[in-house]
Amino acid sequence: MKKKMIFSNFFKTNGVIMGSILMGLVGFWLIFLIVLPQLSMLDYSFRFNLPPADVGGPKDVYTLSNYQFLIYGSDDTHQTYNSVDLKVFVRTIIAAMMVTIFNILLCYPLAYFLGQSKGSAFVRLLVVLLIIPYWINEILRAFALRIIFGDSGLLNETLMFLHLTSEPIDFIRHDVALYAGLGYAYILLMLFPMYNVIESLDRNQIEAARDMGASWVKIHRRIVIPHAKPGIASGATMVFMLSAGALAAPQILGGPSSLWFTQLVYQWFNDSLNWQQGAAYAIVLLVSTITIVLTVMRIFKVNMGDIGK
Amino acid sequence: MSSGVAVNLEDIWIRFGDFVAVRDANVNINGGDFFSFLGPSGCGKTTILRAVSGFLDPSEGRVLIGGKDMAGIGPNKRPTALIFQNLALFPLMKVWENISFSMEVAGIGAKERRKRADELLDMIALEGQGDKLPSELSGGQKQRVAIARALCANPDVLLLDEPLSALDLKLRQHMRTELREIQKRVGITFIYITHDQGEALTMSDNVAVMKAGVIDQIDSGHNIYDHPATPFVASFVGENNVFRGKIKSINGNEAIVSTNRSGDLLSRIAPAQLGNLNVGDDAMMFIRPEVLNLGPAEESSKSTISADVMNEEFEGNTFSVFLEGDGGKSIKMSVPNAGQDHISSRGENLSLHYDPSNAVVMPAGELASE
Repeated sequence: MKKKMIFSNFFKTNGVIMGSILMGLVGFWLIFLIVLPQLSMLDYSFRFNLPPADVGGPKDVYTLSNYQFLIYGSDDTHQTYNSVDLKVFVRTIIAAMMVTIFNILLCYPLAYFLGQSKGSAFVRLLVVLLIIPYWINEILRAFALRIIFGDSGLLNETLMFLHLTSEPIDFIRHDVALYAGLGYAYILLMLFPMYNVIESLDRNQIEAARDMGASWVKIHRRIVIPHAKPGIASGATMVFMLSAGALAAPQILGGPSSLWFTQLVYQWFNDSLNWQQGAAYAIVLLVSTITIVLTVMRIFKVNMGDIGK
Repeated sequence: MSSGVAVNLEDIWIRFGDFVAVRDANVNINGGDFFSFLGPSGCGKTTILRAVSGFLDPSEGRVLIGGKDMAGIGPNKRPTALIFQNLALFPLMKVWENISFSMEVAGIGAKERRKRADELLDMIALEGQGDKLPSELSGGQKQRVAIARALCANPDVLLLDEPLSALDLKLRQHMRTELREIQKRVGITFIYITHDQGEALTMSDNVAVMKAGVIDQIDSGHNIYDHPATPFVASFVGENNVFRGKIKSINGNEAIVSTNRSGDLLSRIAPAQLGNLNVGDDAMMFIRPEVLNLGPAEESSKSTISADVMNEEFEGNTFSVFLEGDGGKSIKMSVPNAGQDHISSRGENLSLHYDPSNAVVMPAGELASE
């Protein structure tokens, strides 16, 4: 009943022709660019990797073997676990969470500063300075970071010049470069939603709280952070999803011994030409990240609608 | 309840760069008084309030609250509570949490906070509404919650920054009475900022009238209205007809003004300006619309103004008659509605009488802009 109202109102305000075009475009986007490709991946993930001749034949049946492989490896008796891939998976999820938390901690003070100095020319300049580096493509940025963090890179040279270290530190092997790269890659997606919500906070509320004796910690805990929660949630969701699903940064900046889960997916698709196995891995990553995001949103009492704010 | 502490502003100057927002303000506010700062927007009244609340420090001078110098004491440490123009209720907190926020800050347990909030809700006639969110309340209710929130901390001084400006006329008038009653009940000092002279006159024990950073007059509302000290006060507070001219003669506290258009008129000299007027000075004489009367034509009286009617407006309780005045400005006369159809007709020449003790003359100066 209520849904019908929404649709009839939608057509009333936009007209039948324009309304149909809008609905058609949104429908096309949703169905052909999102739902169908994902469904075909889902379908792949439940099939065997068969030679072309057998596709569609009696052997082409649904199976859980691709998922079982992630958990148990090639051990058909299910006695041992596929510890290599599972470790990579867990490590990816935890690292993506760390990157997200690090970005929240880094962006919050910055967003607060930007949001509270409403629209001054200096702040606009700062925002432009933040955006411009993103005109450079991701690969180039990642390689640039690799150079900076390299053995004879800017950072090591500086540290040695200052006699803080006697020999170069292997930032790449210790994954420092990877985390820096991932953090940097999506930091604006965290900053801008936060900045938007904090900018909309009435400054009088902060002053009112201060007038009533609240400390800065109290003001942030009770006034600013609750107000900024939708922005933080929106930014955190994007950073977490994108970090967990990143490929370029781990490929370029990751240490030799540390794989990112997306690299495994990529290897299945590209090197092993086993799309079925790759699809299963990708689906596991997708479902896990969505589950984690929804759980965290539940814990922090954020509604889906808030994220769109 | 506390019995109100005095607030003293001593030689306060407040500058923002080259701009002087407040110029040498000296104000003594008695404990327990309802004191208003009245002035047009941008006159520096909110700046003064911020200096009292501690959100900014005066460039020069001292703010004393209860005789104690407030220099270096932040807003969170002063015995003041501020009610913001937009109220600044916390939208994500329930009404009772809003009201008891100062207690939460002080680390008082939820049970006790709730109890105090409920008492205050009773006082503002909002019992049982504590669990609502501010957005679920009406404008007047939000207003009262803001007052309760400010009173919850038991401040010695309550500062109000045009808190009624967002309300509609009826509610505003109602809230005036209510604010005054709350003030009497709690007995603390209220400092009220407003550009609305009606609010200032009805509620205040004393009013300071401000113009461009300068306090022109501090007095009771009655005196401000009847004995304005400057042309600005005379023209800003209430309606006033201004007659420009030169002083022709002075006799005690009365003077004859030779006006540009209406001949020689007799007037009382503004008490604050006694001794400041000399024969030949440029002067401004003010007569309020309600003290002008219609009378039979009387020749060459020094308290009769003869002018042509331009138009007439019916305002319900009064008729406003506009007559040709000097400098393109009209003379306004208010006549109570006693069932007449109309007072005058267009172009008619009328003789307006007044009691010279109801007129006031002072050295010419800046008028309030309209």
